Amino acid sequence: MSGRSLFAKDARTAARNRAERRFRAFGFSAILLALLALVWLLVSILTAGAPAFRQTFLTFPVTLEAKLLDKSGIADPAALSKVTTTTYGKLLAKALEAEIAARGIEAGDMKSKDFAKMLSEESAATLRNMVLADPSLIGQTITFRALASGRIDGYYKGRVTMESAALDKNVSPAQLALAERLKEAGVLTITFNPGFLTMPDASDKRPEAAGLGIAIVGSFLMMAVVLVLSLPIGVAASVYLEEFAPRNRWTDLIEVNIANLAAVPSIVYGILGLAIFINFAGLPQSAPIVGGLVLTLMTLPRIIIPTRAALKAVPPSIRDAALGVGASKLQTVFHHVLPLAMPGILTGMIIGLAQALGETAPLLLIGMVAFVRDFPGGFFDPAAALPVQVYNWTTRGDPGFVERASGAIIVLLAFLILMNAVAIFLRRKFERRW
Amino acid sequence: MDIETVKIRADKVQVFYGENHAIKDVDVNILDKTVTAFIGPSGCGKSTFLRCLNRMNDTIPSCRVEGGITLDGEDIYDPRVDPVQLRAKVGMVFQKPNPFPKSIYDNVAYGPRIHGLTRSKAELDEVVEKSLRRAALWNEVKDRLQAPGTGLSGGQQQRLCIARAVATEPEVLLMDEPCSALDPIATAQVEELIDELRENFSVVIVTHSMQQAARVSQKTAFFHLGNLVEYGETTQIFTNPRDPRTESYITGRIG
Ligand SMILES: Nc1ncnc2c1ncn2[C@@H]1O[C@H](COP(=O)(O)OP(=O)(O)OP(=O)(O)O)[C@@H](O)[C@H]1O
Ligand SMILES: [Mg+2]
Repeated sequence: MSGRSLFAKDARTAARNRAERRFRAFGFSAILLALLALVWLLVSILTAGAPAFRQTFLTFPVTLEAKLLDKSGIADPAALSKVTTTTYGKLLAKALEAEIAARGIEAGDMKSKDFAKMLSEESAATLRNMVLADPSLIGQTITFRALASGRIDGYYKGRVTMESAALDKNVSPAQLALAERLKEAGVLTITFNPGFLTMPDASDKRPEAAGLGIAIVGSFLMMAVVLVLSLPIGVAASVYLEEFAPRNRWTDLIEVNIANLAAVPSIVYGILGLAIFINFAGLPQSAPIVGGLVLTLMTLPRIIIPTRAALKAVPPSIRDAALGVGASKLQTVFHHVLPLAMPGILTGMIIGLAQALGETAPLLLIGMVAFVRDFPGGFFDPAAALPVQVYNWTTRGDPGFVERASGAIIVLLAFLILMNAVAIFLRRKFERRW
Repeated sequence: MDIETVKIRADKVQVFYGENHAIKDVDVNILDKTVTAFIGPSGCGKSTFLRCLNRMNDTIPSCRVEGGITLDGEDIYDPRVDPVQLRAKVGMVFQKPNPFPKSIYDNVAYGPRIHGLTRSKAELDEVVEKSLRRAALWNEVKDRLQAPGTGLSGGQQQRLCIARAVATEPEVLLMDEPCSALDPIATAQVEELIDELRENFSVVIVTHSMQQAARVSQKTAFFHLGNLVEYGETTQIFTNPRDPRTESYITGRIG
């Protein structure tokens, strides 16, 4: 026997092994770094955003006095709607004051106005809407759960302290001390806040009342438009280019253009949308239909590229097999090629949709940033969008909006995770296990 | 030679892959109810020529076919001919097994389904069974017809492809090395099938096995570097070749 023993490692082998170990170490540290960044991001967003899902409420009985709310006494809707929120605000403040007195809670030298300031201005509007919707409430005493003001809420979320309150004209240390006593008495509670997901946006002064309702509906409507338009168009275009189109200079040109379009900055699509859909076609601003169309334009190339890749990955022998038994081109594509490419197509589709869901810049240009208080009745009514709402809230002055913006990011991330889960589920379902 | 029995007539066929001249001036008459073997060294153009006969070369963009090929006297490259209809008449078994990623049953039933050859499920079941029996696969798969076709062994997959090809009852069956992945038993069964098919159809088989060519075919064509060197009765080719290249190939000196 000649040569070295198998047990002795030669220099080349040792060097190869060292190179492999180095590469593994690099790869591992890269993954570790990425994971750390992800954890950091999640922790910071979750800690900043979680408070948005909890809200401070004050619960107390309110007597809806007829002599204030319904002077005519006949519950005439026109007359009822003349009563403004100011009246309701005063009514609420009086009721809170009475409750505090009734429970024997020490209130110091606070005036009626100071009690009113502990409540969100939104509460008066909520009560007014309740009465307008059901005038038979007038004259009754109801238990009303009122939103506390943003500053009181902020006190329980660590934004407001006794020291900062002393310098703040919107809240006083006396009010905070009273809030503490109300909490002990069970009048003030901090509970889960469904309104964050269902209520519309609120003005700059009322972060406590701001919700994502319209943004969620708007984003949902836009995604519906994107899905309905880009799935059939994208798949049809890909199948045509990949399976039917001749290979010549024109198709090469189209191919290059699709690749380039996928890389065009999204704001360019916003300008295009503004020019075509709003200025030329005359569609309304801020409408989900326009947002959906713009996002469709942006998403199409991003769907066509992975779809074509998925079609290309189907082995040619399958096409030969189908053609060999006399299937037509179309039958070959629809019976064999498309089903095999389906998992890849769906993954590309959902990644495209997820990108569209998080897109902000083009929506700013077509007016989706407008302040909308009424829920859209359809694709042509003004609406907001989740990422734009995040952007919008981060630009506002009141510190209460920081938590709202982070909360909105959590909702956006939750939707993205949901979509990815759907993608994985569909992938599994369509994947051929043979 | 009786003109009546010519099934496919190739006349001065040239095939180019871009600049590569793969088939040069091939004239051949493939007879009806006859097994024709194509032999020749690797890369000589057997598959290429076979693929001309059912226009599978149409799917290769760089491929160009010149000359005339007729099936029952009709030019198959005529613009009026739909290659899909042609391929229903001229079936093909490929060199590499390529079952659909579907069940065994669906693999065989696919052709009859798209051509509307059966009227009921029972009839289709019958066709599937008959085809699998002809391909000598029935006994191995009759209990798992719904199992994936791609889960079979290589040789079983090849027989599945044969079953799929005969299920549409083609008039001509082109087989590109159908037995290269089969054991001697399955090979014998496929050869039996070829013999049986000969009663009704014309079969063209590409093979690297001289013995197989001698066993199953009546006519043999020897290809070399894109040329059809010699074509004639199988017995004559193997016992008394006219061309020295044929002789050296069948005796194992070139190839
Ligand atoms: N798709 C293709 N594109 C370009 N050239 C091809 C293609 N298919 C075959 N050729 C060329 O045509 C010639 C003949 O190939 P072909 O596949 O017909 O050989 P063959 O006789 O079947 O060989 P084998 O016995 O190895 O299967 C070869 O030179 C090959 O390189
Ligand atoms: Mg070959």
